[in-house]
Amino acid sequence: MSTVFIAFQTNDDTRPIVESILADNPHAVLDEQPAMVKINAEGSLVIKRESIEERIGRSFDLQELQINLITISGHLDEDDDQFSLSWKN
Amino acid sequence: MHIDLRTVAIKPVRQTFDHIARRFGDKPASRYQEGTYDLQQTDIFHYRPLWEPELQLFDTRRTKVQMKDWYALKDPRQFYYGAYTIARARQQEAAESNFEMIEERGLAESIPADLKQIALDVLVPMRHAEWGGNMGNSFISAYGYGTAITQPCLYHAMDHLAVAQYLTHIGLVLNGPEALDTAKEAWMNSALWQPLRRHVENVLVVQDWFEIFVAQNLVLEGLSYPLFYDYLDSEFSANGGTVISMMTRFMAEWASETSKWVDAQIKVAAAESPENKALISNWVKQYRTSVLEALTPLVHRSFGDKADSVFAEVTDQFNARCTKLGLAI
Repeated sequence: MSTVFIAFQTNDDTRPIVESILADNPHAVLDEQPAMVKINAEGSLVIKRESIEERIGRSFDLQELQINLITISGHLDEDDDQFSLSWKN
Repeated sequence: MHIDLRTVAIKPVRQTFDHIARRFGDKPASRYQEGTYDLQQTDIFHYRPLWEPELQLFDTRRTKVQMKDWYALKDPRQFYYGAYTIARARQQEAAESNFEMIEERGLAESIPADLKQIALDVLVPMRHAEWGGNMGNSFISAYGYGTAITQPCLYHAMDHLAVAQYLTHIGLVLNGPEALDTAKEAWMNSALWQPLRRHVENVLVVQDWFEIFVAQNLVLEGLSYPLFYDYLDSEFSANGGTVISMMTRFMAEWASETSKWVDAQIKVAAAESPENKALISNWVKQYRTSVLEALTPLVHRSFGDKADSVFAEVTDQFNARCTKLGLAI
């Protein structure tokens, strides 16, 4: 297994996103760096629209992630409801 | 000379205000949390109000509903001043551009005469009922307890003014300034409007702020908005009156957004204790009777022979909604 990761700028917009990623992926590890948060996870990582919406109290388009996204690693599988990273060989 | 660049991580001494940290832990708080929680003044009032010496200036006893933590009545939309004004500005812009287009191209001419008359008879006088909604919600934000509920109620009050203004604008587009005089006359004297006027005026003198919340935001809005801005709207669209739907778009959007907020308040308050549940359920029953009675003539005017089936459908949906919120009605 290898690690996938996603990194965001640290700000008010990304805080609820990071919080919901950590809640949905118990195996994910948070790495807080100056002005950046990186989330590492073994194997795969999933971001769910529903859990972000629950935290921010409005509808959320997963493409809004891109605004504060710094980098990702892993094969990306994206649809309207989730954004997932994994290594599929 | 050789310079090494390196980053230094500086940990802030505190992440948020102490009172927010006591509730949520010392981590960065959202604007909504900082602008809402524990802002209600609880102690050290100067003197009791002369007009109500048995109560404090801010007092939880102004409603029979009781909560252990008044901040449990939180807003799922997380509206604080900034988020609220940004959201509404966006909607206002969309609504204004609809009106602009209708006026520029004279689209109101294309509305069939009978639909136009229904809009003038039923929608325009509703502006006076909206003013009642503004008064009720202003009362709640003045005498209610806990910023979590008083804050969105003030927004809700302002929104009612907005709806009243859009209804006024509809009157102006359809029939010029005289539409407003006709509507006022209907509100004051026409038999069609007297039951609703009676209901609105009765709510104006209610003292218990949570009772006003139930009577206005849950019952009156829960029954009248689906009727006028969903069912009647479909009637307009289906029969060539899409122009009217363009002008009521804000109301439809707003009703579906705010009903989520109203639902969250009722659900939490009713789940708090069996006493609250009984109290709120009784208020719903009491006001449902008078609102249904008040809406009956308007529904007949709007839907003609379909009136009874539409009315039954809306009432069923409302009852199902209340049951889902944990009320015994």
